[in-house]
Amino acid sequence: MSWQPSASIEALRQRAKVLAKIRQFFVQRDVLEVDTPAMSQATVTDVHLHTFDTTFVGPGFANGQKLYLQTSPEFHMKRLLCAGSGAIYQINKSFRNEESGRYHNPEFTMLEWYQPDYDHLALIDEVDQLLQSILETVPCEVMSYQQVFLQYLNVDPLTADIEQLRALALAHDLGDFVATEQDKDTLLQVLFCFVIEPKIGLTRPMAIYHFPASQAALARLEPKDLRVARRFEFYYRGIELANGFHELQDPTEQLARFEADNLQRQQQGLIEQPIDHHLINALSAGLPDCAGVALGVDRLVMLALNKAHINEVLSFDVTRC
Amino acid sequence: MATVSTNEFKNGLKLMFDGEPSNIIENETVKPGKGQAFNRVKIRKLISGKVLEKTIKSGETFEVADVMECDLAYLYADGEFWHFMNNDTFEQIAAEEAAVADAVKWLVEQDVCIITLWNGNPITVTPPNFVELEVTETDPGLKGDTAGTGGKPATLSTGAVVRVPLFIQIGEVIKVDTRTGEYVSRVSK
Repeated sequence: MSWQPSASIEALRQRAKVLAKIRQFFVQRDVLEVDTPAMSQATVTDVHLHTFDTTFVGPGFANGQKLYLQTSPEFHMKRLLCAGSGAIYQINKSFRNEESGRYHNPEFTMLEWYQPDYDHLALIDEVDQLLQSILETVPCEVMSYQQVFLQYLNVDPLTADIEQLRALALAHDLGDFVATEQDKDTLLQVLFCFVIEPKIGLTRPMAIYHFPASQAALARLEPKDLRVARRFEFYYRGIELANGFHELQDPTEQLARFEADNLQRQQQGLIEQPIDHHLINALSAGLPDCAGVALGVDRLVMLALNKAHINEVLSFDVTRC
Repeated sequence: MATVSTNEFKNGLKLMFDGEPSNIIENETVKPGKGQAFNRVKIRKLISGKVLEKTIKSGETFEVADVMECDLAYLYADGEFWHFMNNDTFEQIAAEEAAVADAVKWLVEQDVCIITLWNGNPITVTPPNFVELEVTETDPGLKGDTAGTGGKPATLSTGAVVRVPLFIQIGEVIKVDTRTGEYVSRVSK
């Protein structure tokens, strides 16, 4: 076991420069830097996210209060927006259990920002400007989820049925589970991850928007086509770099989505997660029309420094921390 | 029956895939920010020897293959089975033709082989990296020709055919690399 850092000191110097450039980018745009808690009494219900938790014991909490390490600062930042913060950004540590590998460390650095009066397309443009300034990329390509599926798999993800997607996944030799998979989103995701992702964003960043409504997460649905949501993702050189939304404002729908997640958790034998009622109450008070995005800073640094593994840009990865 | 989840995957782990014990050669996790995580694994099937890639939903569980390797000395073949013995316990095990497979041409009595057992039954036999075998048949070389220009085929006592230098004669013992099937050197008696 080595006490030495995972990254070279030179890489850490370059990393610091990237962080300074990010801050400069937001200072120039008059976006307020904020610093929200890493721990929270509630957490995300997302079926595919695994949270860390700990117990606070102290004055007023003699019997212990469960606290969750946040998986992204989204809920706290939205509460600030509801309280009238205006445009805000944050660079912080986020925590996701069961994630470790070439592009993952269970503790990682997230850049998240929100722009009032932006929609998803305006924010795609701003993410692109940030990438151009840090990675010196040319302007990104923008395609809808439907367009990429049509282009690379010749199938319409919005109208295809499970049988069609299953046959397609089997034709691409994507595992035995596919034959009995009942979940359309899982089939879409396996096709996206292994067939489409390796082919997009190779020479310039690619923004994909209008994910299926079933994968909306915290994005509002597209009013002109309720089959899709105003959610986008950025991909560049094999790396999934950022995920953003034209944010859902409706507290009733947000609560319904959290409850639907928990129902799915129950069906899959996973523990249900406590719903963040602070967020629901804040949305009830009113979230300004805004778009927000979360971007993996470690991955951005990997791209800027041309490093193949996340450990090469972290001071101490999980095996050394 | 022991099972493991994808979080416990690592190279060298032996699991059941398609009803066949298999060895994990590579394992990579693919986890989108939103949505299902997958493991991409490369496996080698231990009976057929086939190498293939599998895409697995993270969190799925797999049965651990009861596979062990042991060092056993080759004793003899009786026409149906090949018999091996543990030199410490003198316990004997009989392997079928399917398990011995290509190793048959490198089996030398008393040589210690690696036998892979699945549920206690031999599934593969790996001969030592180097074996010494007698040449039973080869064209007589030209006198004085000691340079190995291309060589010639020689049949060994086990039936294996290898290319040897021209100076090798019938009755000589040679050392062969079983991994490549190539001649290494002449063994002086």
